[in-house]
Amino acid sequence: VGPFLETLLGGLMAGMLYSLIALGFVLIFKASGVFNFAQGAMVLFAALAMARFSEWFPRLLGFDSKLLANLLAFLAAMAVMIAVAWVIEKLVLGRLVNQEGITLLMATLGISYFLDGFGQTVFGSDIYSIDLGLPKDPIFMLENLFEGGILVNQEELYAAAIAAALVALLSLFFQKTKTGRALRAVADDHQAAQSIGIPLSRIWVIVWSVAGFVALVAGMIWGSKLGVQFSLSLVALKALPVVILGGLTSVPGAIIGGLIIGVGEKLSEVYIGPFLGGGIEIWFAYVLALAFLLVRPQGLFGEKIIDRV
Amino acid sequence: MIYRENGQFKTSYRSDQQVFPIRQDRIAIGLLLLLSFVAVPLLADEYLLRAIMIPFLILALAALGLNVLVGYCGQISLGTGAFMAVGAYAAYNLFVRIEGMPLLAAVILGGVCATAVGVVFGIPSLRIKGLYLAVATLAAQFFVDWAFLRITWFTNDSASGSVSVGGLNVFGVPIVTPVQKYLFCLVFVALFAMVVKNLVRGHLGREWMAIRDMDVAAAVIGIRPVYAKLTAFAVSSFIVGVAGALWAFIYLGSWEPAAFNINRSFDLLFMVIIGGLGSVMGSFFGAAFIVLLPIVLDQLLPALGNAVGIPIDTATVSHIVFMIFGALIVFFLIVEPHGIARLWSTAKEKLRLWPFPH
Repeated sequence: VGPFLETLLGGLMAGMLYSLIALGFVLIFKASGVFNFAQGAMVLFAALAMARFSEWFPRLLGFDSKLLANLLAFLAAMAVMIAVAWVIEKLVLGRLVNQEGITLLMATLGISYFLDGFGQTVFGSDIYSIDLGLPKDPIFMLENLFEGGILVNQEELYAAAIAAALVALLSLFFQKTKTGRALRAVADDHQAAQSIGIPLSRIWVIVWSVAGFVALVAGMIWGSKLGVQFSLSLVALKALPVVILGGLTSVPGAIIGGLIIGVGEKLSEVYIGPFLGGGIEIWFAYVLALAFLLVRPQGLFGEKIIDRV
Repeated sequence: MIYRENGQFKTSYRSDQQVFPIRQDRIAIGLLLLLSFVAVPLLADEYLLRAIMIPFLILALAALGLNVLVGYCGQISLGTGAFMAVGAYAAYNLFVRIEGMPLLAAVILGGVCATAVGVVFGIPSLRIKGLYLAVATLAAQFFVDWAFLRITWFTNDSASGSVSVGGLNVFGVPIVTPVQKYLFCLVFVALFAMVVKNLVRGHLGREWMAIRDMDVAAAVIGIRPVYAKLTAFAVSSFIVGVAGALWAFIYLGSWEPAAFNINRSFDLLFMVIIGGLGSVMGSFFGAAFIVLLPIVLDQLLPALGNAVGIPIDTATVSHIVFMIFGALIVFFLIVEPHGIARLWSTAKEKLRLWPFPH
């Protein structure tokens, strides 16, 4: 049972991180109907900003505290992400109102190329590290339940906790605050929301900022795990099956989808992988999601798609 | 004044329905063919052929294939690289494993294999559409990437994972020099451009376009979505597969799966968008644009940097190319969603009246 539980837990924690990125997709899709391919680029961009700021600030301002440096860098990176959100709204989305979903998708592909290039031009393209001071040593858990216990990576445990906290925070924001309510209204029906006086363009800036915030947190966690480098941008590609599995419009879907994909990936790698030559993680999630879509085209929790002429 | 169709009366259905109903168009196409088949091989130097013309032709062919699927049938695909890879590796295996396999047959059969894979991955399009489908086609991309990397049978058990072909010839004529390679690709491109141009104005193309414009309405008026979508996937992946085989055999010579990774898929999609969705001409414009842009920027940016006193290294150049790519995609989507092809037809409209205002 030990190894199985270990894999399961590892999968759940990896899944939590996928959900974190998937959440960014869902937020933007719900509020503006844009399938944001640039989420991965935003994760990379935010992580790059954070990594470089935490390096630059202590040198520029002449202090030594790691906590302070990280905190300042986080705030500065957040400011940068808000600026990015604003620019995207002004220059791209605002001009593509009422276009088809596909057009918007391609626009975000363009944004993602731009952000990838821009981030690496401004912040450099080496591998940078974000040191959050999370303990990295693995620990044993549940030793009293069965022999040997299970080995858990502490860093992942913290990361999963942060992700869970973020999800809770976002649900609270969406359910309880006035802005959150406005966001949900826009998600439900653009025109109706506009007609009762909700400013669409401001809502979009807010949503992209929130997605930027999610990207920043995801970038921080992934960055401290893998190092901040270009491949971070590709992590988002692994979050795509999560979104379609969970349904594009559902926040709980993103979380549960993430967990399913995380667990499925790890279990398949351990139990099926050896027969197929290994490395099947990369496509397993997609095939899982694809098989799932054939049964439920709108994903697990997505709204039912109704075709009208 | 020059480009004007008055006075060209159609007296038979045949002449009314030909591909290029305007005489000036026919002359222009004839000149273009003459230029590409005779003038370019005679005049162009080796670098131009090898570094620009051959990749341009092959990518234009792939973009043409993708345009059938995305531009005409409206099924967005992010897995084009995968279908190119299938074409390339299928052709490779046929070429290497079967003694005396002619190059032409290998390339065509590579396309046939890509068709089969394309249809399999096209089946989900019957259930899912739009954004969901775009993500689903990524499954093809990642699966194929993985298969050619991990299943060593496909790469003929080569230790490094990279494979190469040599001794190419068609009917005894060797394909070695850039001019020969160029002409070999050009024949395919010209042929497929003609086929697609004719397909899209026949009943099949109209079915595709009906599906693209509104699939429910198309189904209501009696178009079978299954048939229309799967034929679009089949035709598209056949052309893309042939392009993949050409890319591997003619352009690269030796290659590994990374040559057909997801960036290739995105590049092709950009070609189709920038060139013009649903336009044969557009595929060529887009391919020319995407092939030329990095080359031009590679030359231009360091010079520009030196002029202002900021040295720009190659890594930065590649990042700036990324930025400009991205910005241009967005720019085109906002300003001219129909791509360069639309600019071209606007120019033609203007030309009809020129030099008069009305």
